[in-house]
Amino acid sequence: MDGAVPLFRMEGISKRYGGVRALEKAELSVTAGSIHAILGENGAGKSTLIKVMAGVVAPDEGRMTLDGSEVSFASPAAANQAGIVCIFQELSLIPELSVADNIVISDPPKRFGLIDRKAQRRIAEEALARAGAADIHPLALVKDLPLSRRQMVEIAKALARKPRILILDEATSALTATDVAKIFGVLRRLREEGLALLYISHRMNEIAELADQCTVFRNGRNVASYAAGSKSDSEVVELMIGREYSHIFPPKPPRHAAAVPVLEARKLSWTDRLDNVSLTVGAGEVVGLGGLDGQGQRELLLAFFGVLRGLTGEILVDGKAVAIASPSAARDDRIGMALIPEDRKTEGLMLPMTVRENLSFAALDRVSKAGVIDRAVEQRLIDDMVELLAIKTAGLDIPVGALSGGNQQKVVIAKWLMRQPRIVLLNDPTRGIDVGTKQELYQLMRKLADAGAAILFYSTDYDELIGCCDRVLVLYDGAVKRELVGAEITEHALIASALNIHGEAAGPMHGEGA
Amino acid sequence: MKDWRYWLAEQRGTLLALGIFVAMFAIYSANHPAGFTANVVQTAANKGVLLAFVAMAQTLVVITAGIDLSVGMIFTLTNCLASWLVIGTGLETAFGVVAVLGTGLVCGAINGAIVIYGRLQPIVATIATGAVYFGLALLLRPFPGGSVNEDLADALTGRLFGVVPASLVALVVVVAIVWVPFSRSVLGRAAYAAGSSETAAYMSGVPIRRGKFVAYALAGLLAAIGGLFLTFFTYTGDAAYASGNAYTLFSIAAVVLGGVSLFGGKGSALGAIFGALAFRTIGDLLFVFDLDPLWQPLFQGVILLIAVSLGAFALFRVRNRLEWFL
Amino acid sequence: MNGIAGRMPKFLRRADPAVVTAFACILLLLFLGSLYSRSFLSPEYLLQQLKVASFLGVIATGMMLVILLGQIDLSVPWSVATGAMMASAAAAYGPVGVALAIPFGILCGVAIGIVNGIGVAYLRIPSMIITLATNAVAQGLMVVYTGGFSPQDSATPAMRYLATGFAIPAVPNAVIIWALIGAAMVFALTRTGFGRAVYGIGNRERAAYLSGIDTRRVVMVAFAVSGGLSAFGGVLLAGYASKAAQSMGDAYLLPSIAAVVLGGTSILGGRGSYLGTVAGVILITLLQSILSVMQMPEAGRQIIYGTVIVAMLLLYGRAPASRG
Repeated sequence: MDGAVPLFRMEGISKRYGGVRALEKAELSVTAGSIHAILGENGAGKSTLIKVMAGVVAPDEGRMTLDGSEVSFASPAAANQAGIVCIFQELSLIPELSVADNIVISDPPKRFGLIDRKAQRRIAEEALARAGAADIHPLALVKDLPLSRRQMVEIAKALARKPRILILDEATSALTATDVAKIFGVLRRLREEGLALLYISHRMNEIAELADQCTVFRNGRNVASYAAGSKSDSEVVELMIGREYSHIFPPKPPRHAAAVPVLEARKLSWTDRLDNVSLTVGAGEVVGLGGLDGQGQRELLLAFFGVLRGLTGEILVDGKAVAIASPSAARDDRIGMALIPEDRKTEGLMLPMTVRENLSFAALDRVSKAGVIDRAVEQRLIDDMVELLAIKTAGLDIPVGALSGGNQQKVVIAKWLMRQPRIVLLNDPTRGIDVGTKQELYQLMRKLADAGAAILFYSTDYDELIGCCDRVLVLYDGAVKRELVGAEITEHALIASALNIHGEAAGPMHGEGA
Repeated sequence: MKDWRYWLAEQRGTLLALGIFVAMFAIYSANHPAGFTANVVQTAANKGVLLAFVAMAQTLVVITAGIDLSVGMIFTLTNCLASWLVIGTGLETAFGVVAVLGTGLVCGAINGAIVIYGRLQPIVATIATGAVYFGLALLLRPFPGGSVNEDLADALTGRLFGVVPASLVALVVVVAIVWVPFSRSVLGRAAYAAGSSETAAYMSGVPIRRGKFVAYALAGLLAAIGGLFLTFFTYTGDAAYASGNAYTLFSIAAVVLGGVSLFGGKGSALGAIFGALAFRTIGDLLFVFDLDPLWQPLFQGVILLIAVSLGAFALFRVRNRLEWFL
Repeated sequence: MNGIAGRMPKFLRRADPAVVTAFACILLLLFLGSLYSRSFLSPEYLLQQLKVASFLGVIATGMMLVILLGQIDLSVPWSVATGAMMASAAAAYGPVGVALAIPFGILCGVAIGIVNGIGVAYLRIPSMIITLATNAVAQGLMVVYTGGFSPQDSATPAMRYLATGFAIPAVPNAVIIWALIGAAMVFALTRTGFGRAVYGIGNRERAAYLSGIDTRRVVMVAFAVSGGLSAFGGVLLAGYASKAAQSMGDAYLLPSIAAVVLGGTSILGGRGSYLGTVAGVILITLLQSILSVMQMPEAGRQIIYGTVIVAMLLLYGRAPASRG
């Protein structure tokens, strides 16, 4: 590919969200007739890069050139017009419409001003065939298709737009192995046809099999580009990890022989998202959940918290089987569970309500007598929490939405600590908050554990798992694939097991850690 | 699977409504003292098409995941207007019809503009515009009265070739020139897409706003066609609050019976038409079984309650309770 | 900052602009009315208005609770009528019936509210639909009960006393009742866990549920309260008019929603104060009164009503702009 004129170039692209920099002077060039893989950890800037390319977000600075002339996209439609099509994960399919309707949705064929159903059918069949999904009936409703088929429709829909650059963002994450093989065939053929393909995936083996060129992103920057196959998995992982800052984690206490199990799961299964998960969390223990995003970690926490229906298997608290049918049962004193949910803005807080109202919201029964709130008691508990977590707020009666992300997250945690829970489930609590607050949360977690709480902690940041956890369970496809204990918890081991690299890659590391 | 199976699955709601209607109507005409005669059919058709038009109107808005609580009032307003305008020479009558239909279209467009561009909740917005439309109707007809071109009225409410009710033919024509083109147009698809998943529709570059606006405007037009026919049947205009409200309510019942999802994105006006006809027949069943007509409102209310509760069964398939709160 | 100066800006800062606007509109209406007729500002006239307003006030209180949850109660018309008719009907059953007339009427409204609540909270039927359906059923029941004629039973003396009597000289009982119910609602909304839960659910039901609130029970109770208050409004109206009437509730649906929304309560739920609802109720009542003093026909009243409501909502009741 050397010497080939790039079809598309990005230079010096930067993008900030609030105080967080997502991209910092990132560069990328894409050549026609090649498959370009992009690698990086969660939050390395890959998805922002794609959004910029696809016209979903505008960059703060930098320039993009297509065929040598400068371009900018005001909307996804504008990017499509220029021939850049991105496959989002099932977001853009309309469930109640048929496959054919969806494939032609942005520009249906018309006859006498009305949609030409015959032509539409033809286009859809062609596109499905090109995507290697000719088995999907064009008249089927999208909502009736399983996730993997929807993903194929999504690909067909992209192809129907006749792209010059096709971006696949984790497009294979929901696919079965057979589908992946088919897609690869399709992608290779598209490469032959002269398309430029941009491929983002966490699956290393896929990249090795498919890509011509690889670029690694880290902290919003492209740190390395190399021809596929010229580096070993191990080297690639090193490139992805190399960190510029390190968190300060509280020291872990020496591991006791066996902590008293407080929370226990036996063979928990739920739809196709959880697969025979068994685990124990002991008093005073911080147990991490690792793995790629979306491997069932979130569902596991919801399962404990009584949100999921049709759960099979057993949940035990203090060694006794319990049936938890709702969050209200989970927070009951006999169980004493708390969940710091994934999205603090929609699940943790009522943003327009005041800091005060949010802080006492989960503990209203604790501060009330006969349903009437005892303001003095409420005030005392709130003051305790504000002090304990050092929540910085201009007052208790301002909307909680006015606080910084970090302080909002503290409010979410505080509202649960007010109940003095014995079991604390945390769903990626440090996402999108500043480093200082993160450190405070690490200290707090350890403090709670030392006071006897059982903590189950899911994080997308491997560093945190290493720094905070006594044990880490790595999930893949809804099942616990590996348990890492103590010194075994290394970046290498975490990433390797998260990517489900079998045999040699995982084996030696186990030895290394032990 | 074969094509026809998909077609069947797609039309299931409509076919179910058709089935209910046929069954009801069979029971009705079998027990009717006069039996299955052209007369019985004509009377039933004339009663049924009014609700069918209003139900079609409601369908268009419901498809976009909205609701129009003013359809009954547009129906009443256009009835009152028609009792003034649809009269006189052929030309005058024609002008009157156009003016009445245009009024309906404007009423619908106002609803659409307030909901889409004014970003008000459809429910509050259409209750309020419904009050305005009713006020206008009352202004036109403080007391029941007026008249209509009787030749036209008789032609459209009589029978073609002595057998086919003309009102039914009119209904078919309206379906052919309003519903079919809409449902097959880009904007119609946009209305469906917006009702099914507004985010996905936006990501796919669908003209959401225009699609929804056209749906609201056409709903006004269809309600006006209903109002026009009401005038043809009664020869008068009457600003009756209770009747306007009842039509709004029954239109929702018809839509639900017709398999149109109140959550948007799914269903067809044909289903709603059969739903409307079935709903009317259920009411008439009481009559042939000699039940006290007093029970009719209760009976209709209970049917409505059952119909709206049926949709709730999907709830039991939800495995993640958080999905209740989307 | 000291004393009053320190307090005033805070008071103004914290006041909802919608509530301030509503009160400003009330003043404007009073001013316009006084231009039309001198007696408009007389205490007798104002008290009379307050008395008329209290019927709407009682009904709007329940509506507000439901709207705060982000729901709506369209069964108001026949909840009102059912309350009125059933209370009057009970009076026909001897002294016990007379004694139990008012609670029985309210209880019927609560029953309607419970059906609404089950539909919304447990079956998750959109409130707008289920309440329309229960409204139709209540209507059907009442039609069957009255045999299609206007009801013959008349209100009990107790009902008349509540609606038209004077327990305190110069202050109509209806106003006192509204004040008591209003005070109870303010207390419930601001001082109890139930009130917090209502606001929480209205803002973000998901977050409220994940906080361990039994959201379904709260929603259910709110609808039951709304049904009960509508029926109580009907009881008072029957007392005021000495008897119940078939379509007596029709005139209260739009005004009750309008009063709540014009008072600054968000139709999407989660935001609003009872003070605003009070302002909305008075505003609507004055508007009605001025229109009737001006001998505006019903038609004009409906048009002005609808237009004013849409206009005010467009001014400050819009959903936030989002998604192209």
